[in-house]
Amino acid sequence: MIATRIALGIGLLFIVSVVIFGATELLPGDLANELLGQSATPETLAALREQLGLNDPAPVRYWNWLTGALTGDFGVSMANGRPIADLIGARLGNTVFLALYAAALSVPISLILGVLAALWRNSIFDRAANAGALTAISFPEFFVAYILVLWLAQTGLFPSMVRINPTTTFGDRLYMTFLPALTLMLVVTAHMMRMTRAAIINLMASPYIEMARLKGMSPLRIVLRHALPNALAPIINVIALNLAYLITGVVVVEVVFVYPGLGQLMVDAVSNRDIAVVQAVALIFAAAYVALNLLADVLSTITNPRLMHRR
Amino acid sequence: MGFAASVIGGLAALFAIAAGLRAVARISLKGQARSLAHDIPLTAAFGLLVIAIYTFVAIAAPALAPFPERDIVGGQFQAWSAEHWLGTDRIGRDMLSRLIYGARNTVGIAFLTTALAFVVGTILGLYAALVGGWLDQALSRFVDALMAIPALIFSLLLLTIFGTSVLTLILVIAAVDATRVFRLARAVAQGIVVMDYIEAAKLRGEGSWFLIRREILPNATAPLVAEFGLRFCFVFLAISSLSFLGLGIQPPTADWGSMVKDNATLITFGDVTPLLPAGCIALLTVAVNFVVDWQLHRASGLKEQ
Repeated sequence: MIATRIALGIGLLFIVSVVIFGATELLPGDLANELLGQSATPETLAALREQLGLNDPAPVRYWNWLTGALTGDFGVSMANGRPIADLIGARLGNTVFLALYAAALSVPISLILGVLAALWRNSIFDRAANAGALTAISFPEFFVAYILVLWLAQTGLFPSMVRINPTTTFGDRLYMTFLPALTLMLVVTAHMMRMTRAAIINLMASPYIEMARLKGMSPLRIVLRHALPNALAPIINVIALNLAYLITGVVVVEVVFVYPGLGQLMVDAVSNRDIAVVQAVALIFAAAYVALNLLADVLSTITNPRLMHRR
Repeated sequence: MGFAASVIGGLAALFAIAAGLRAVARISLKGQARSLAHDIPLTAAFGLLVIAIYTFVAIAAPALAPFPERDIVGGQFQAWSAEHWLGTDRIGRDMLSRLIYGARNTVGIAFLTTALAFVVGTILGLYAALVGGWLDQALSRFVDALMAIPALIFSLLLLTIFGTSVLTLILVIAAVDATRVFRLARAVAQGIVVMDYIEAAKLRGEGSWFLIRREILPNATAPLVAEFGLRFCFVFLAISSLSFLGLGIQPPTADWGSMVKDNATLITFGDVTPLLPAGCIALLTVAVNFVVDWQLHRASGLKEQ
């Protein structure tokens, strides 16, 4: 069952790569035409087509691109002719670091807040947490980021720009990326917390919870021992979805904090219309997104014995 | 912080006005409208009030703004003064006027995009559910594949290919969001097309368009209206984010996202002016969310315990 799901995921990833590659084929002319625009002459067009390899039929180009990407060779950037793998290299690590950092902050906090809100349902705490969550969901990431800059960076507590070089120690890195990670945390915690609360409250009406209550168990023990294990599947799903959301969240946050990551690279490439770089980064982001969703499915299957049992 | 205090004071005043209006509505209205006014929570009343204010500002922008949208009327980065209430921006345009025109441009474009995504997504979704078979399968799998790519990443990819202009922005975001609307519309309609009255209408010999318009759509209104509100929030945030990244609405058109980006340097000097457009975005999204929350609550038939 899990094997089928993984096979489906790989199939989906393949289709996604076709979409990312095939999107350029939507252009009325071709890419060379579009890039050169008004200044196109037959000679420059032919030269650019040669350079981009546009003379081969699309399936051949797709195959070359995909096999290259799988071996870590994404071709060269159109803007500066450097190999894309070099551009991506260190940035990929930085982005993964930021996303993991944000996840390490947000997952425990949102679980605790969600459990507490479910425990003290309809109390002042619950209402405040809910209203706060709804508000936080509605804020654009850059708004949250700049408020943090105004509060925490102005006072000199944390740097508002991130400068990472090979000599930066792990501790320094944690300190310097704190504001970007905090921004991402604030953005995703709200949703996770709400879903945790909803999943637990849903279960609280079940007969076995009532039984536990009648036995005289303490509310905290009921939630932790009886409700939480059964609510794991939806909670894992939400966590994975939000980690996947972090992937897009990093784009804006990286730009705000001038963080040397993939998102920044992608935004620059989009404004230069450097399609090769954009395709490469989009493929990486999409692959991570698909993989996280896959992981969520697999994990929620594993946590539910009923799903593991073959019918 | 005097500024934070005035923001909180302003929000509290809006809440008070909303509460006042609700009280007036409860007394003066009759019949169904009256029970609606009794039912409405304070947050939703606040949301409706904010939406009304934004709509008014967007429509009356030229009359309200003290200066034209694109004219350079002062020095760079002037401080708040009697002439320029919110100072001037990076090249000397009046911030307040641009903020007011931004309501028209940003909200207008977001609304247009949502409407477009909605019409396309709903019609395709309802049609797919109604017809079923291979068309439904083909469309659904296609949408699944597109939804496997994160929305912002996919929009960035499309914007690279088609270039950045307002028209491509609207089309790209509408296309990306139409997939999400399609999903929901199809899911809702699937529960409706199996009903007896659809069967009866089919036997009467009604066409697909009639079925969608007169039989399915009226019964799918409640979830679709709530989805419209949510979708508007997503579209609005997406457009603002893209504009903030410099890839959406382009200057000199006044737009909240790019206004934040343009003047962001002021923030590092402790000036809150660049945050105002972002605050406008946040306030509207919160307001819409409050109203959607209320609508969903009403549609689900739950009563507060």
